[in-house]
Amino acid sequence: MSIMSYNGAAVMAMKGKECVAIAADRRFGIQAQTISTEFDKIFQMGPRLFVGLPGLATDVQTVAQRLKFRLNLYELKENRRVKPKTFLSMVSNLLYSRRFGPYFVEPVVAGLDPKTSEPFIASLDLIGCPMVTEDFVVSGTCSEQMYGMCETLYKPNQEPDDLFETISQCLLNAVDRDAVSGWGGVVYIIEKDKVTKRLLKGRMD
Amino acid sequence: MECLIGIQGKDFVLVACDTVSARSIVSMKQDLDKMHKLNDNLLMLVVGESGDTVQFAEYMSKNIQLYKMRNGYELSPHAAANFTRKNLADYLRSSTPYMVNLLLAGYDKDEGPALYFMDYLASLNKVPFGAHGYGSFFTVSILDRHYREDITLDEAQKLLAKCVNEIKQRFIVNMPTFKVRCITKDGIQDLPNIVATGPPA
Repeated sequence: MSIMSYNGAAVMAMKGKECVAIAADRRFGIQAQTISTEFDKIFQMGPRLFVGLPGLATDVQTVAQRLKFRLNLYELKENRRVKPKTFLSMVSNLLYSRRFGPYFVEPVVAGLDPKTSEPFIASLDLIGCPMVTEDFVVSGTCSEQMYGMCETLYKPNQEPDDLFETISQCLLNAVDRDAVSGWGGVVYIIEKDKVTKRLLKGRMD
Repeated sequence: MECLIGIQGKDFVLVACDTVSARSIVSMKQDLDKMHKLNDNLLMLVVGESGDTVQFAEYMSKNIQLYKMRNGYELSPHAAANFTRKNLADYLRSSTPYMVNLLLAGYDKDEGPALYFMDYLASLNKVPFGAHGYGSFFTVSILDRHYREDITLDEAQKLLAKCVNEIKQRFIVNMPTFKVRCITKDGIQDLPNIVATGPPA
């Protein structure tokens, strides 16, 4: 029984052509018992910036609130929007500040640069070691399954609609092989001029 | 061993808790009220480590009352739930964490009824129905089957009775009576205790 899989979660992000997608499951459970199927694990941190937080649910909520607080201070101080890369450092700093008593979350950051609209995705481990990738990132209790799905279905430079299809299939089919994640999903497609949120119905059993 | 149940309808929240105070294998008291009134339309149901339950509930209730005195208006159920979560989360990572599981039931003039589920790790969830303790293993499936968004208070009471009977029938621990309260726009009302009618365990 690992603390990282106490509540169960699955989050992934993908790069497309001038767009990024981030998706997560919706389950909140206590070990094998499902409590809620409307739990938020993806949080909006800017007009085109999102963070997904799989891990221990209490820390998901705490970290999301602490990040929002730090982000608001940054934007008030600097009087401009944060870049995804800068935000990644912010998350990393928060997590490493608890190096010897960590928050049990492994975040995924996805967004577009506020100036250049350059797609950006990255993930971190629970003590804040960042990893920036060019294709996709996964994090959560079924990361092996998600890697398998992403490796097979991912193509670079997809249009937003195709990217939505790809990430949805990857998520839904990965969580179906994991007992502690699933129960529907949520997908955000982030484009230069709009953000689309879609809820997925998965196997609700 | 303890059990809390909550059901939210369109204009009410119905909550129930068992009334047994137990220490080790001994049942010490059969009419314990595990509900704490936070303000006129907010109720906190607490189970867990026996000292922590009362200590934490009183600490939160007094702080929520203090907020009202300082600011001249009450915390909404949503605000109170998040305030409680922050406190519990801070205590979780201190040397003296509170081992308490909670249900928060409230009614807000604008937002309507709300039921919040929180465990000792301080993860907060807004739920249409929820249950804590071993009793939850027997009751959430019944609630899943029979709950509707537009459930009436009368139906919710019957549903609650179903849950209590199931606990009496299938759970080896004896929890014969459940204290019941209802939160509506008019505040908190006591309802008659539910006494299980099913065959004894």
